[in-house]
Amino acid sequence: MSRPNDLILRSTTSLIAFILFGFSIYLYFAGHNAPGGGFIAGLMVSSAIVLMYMAYGFEAVNKILPINYRYCTAIGLMIAVLTGVGSFFFGEPFLSHTFGYLYIPFFGNKELATAMLFDLGVYITVLGITMTIILSIADDR
Amino acid sequence: MTNIMDFTQNMVEVVSIICIIAISISLVLLLYRVIKGPSNPDRAVALDAIGVNIMALAGLLAVLLVTTYFNDVILLIGILLFIGTIAIAKFLEKGVIIDHDMD
Repeated sequence: MSRPNDLILRSTTSLIAFILFGFSIYLYFAGHNAPGGGFIAGLMVSSAIVLMYMAYGFEAVNKILPINYRYCTAIGLMIAVLTGVGSFFFGEPFLSHTFGYLYIPFFGNKELATAMLFDLGVYITVLGITMTIILSIADDR
Repeated sequence: MTNIMDFTQNMVEVVSIICIIAISISLVLLLYRVIKGPSNPDRAVALDAIGVNIMALAGLLAVLLVTTYFNDVILLIGILLFIGTIAIAKFLEKGVIIDHDMD
């Protein structure tokens, strides 16, 4: 079997993966009023990692990203539940949310909602589940 | 003056609707090629073209509804289409999408 020659795929992956990570962070912060949110941002970052797996293979990516994605799912669900429980400390019903305006240097006056913390849980859960499914299917051993 | 403005606005709407109908017809034909296609490379090319047509559809909807929120959606479809095309091409070339050890 001849050695694969993936020069174009490998050199574009190193560029495009970073664009995808940045786009996923943009989508995460754009959510709640515009298209975006935790779910689609998690899908974006998992597609970036899948692209890296396709270009470099199992061994290399496992060396640079030694993450067990099953733990990611559990941590994400834990964050989502804890943000729901956090509303008890303010005497509110489960999962109630609020928002406020905050001045961030260089970005200006931004609206920040507590639903963003819940979205962080969704983000990590979607990343874990998608990567677990894809890596279990693609493992040919 | 308002006459011309009304005319151009109507023209943009009519042209976008005609384009949406044309793209829908082409999507149906491409779907036939994906399902029926005699060989796998046919299906790969047809899936790629379906993605491009869906991007065009989202752009035309953005023109028709006069909104900028569709721009993120178009970028998203483009990225997923790129990754899907790479995966199909690699599957056709090697038979495995994620290799175990490259070297």
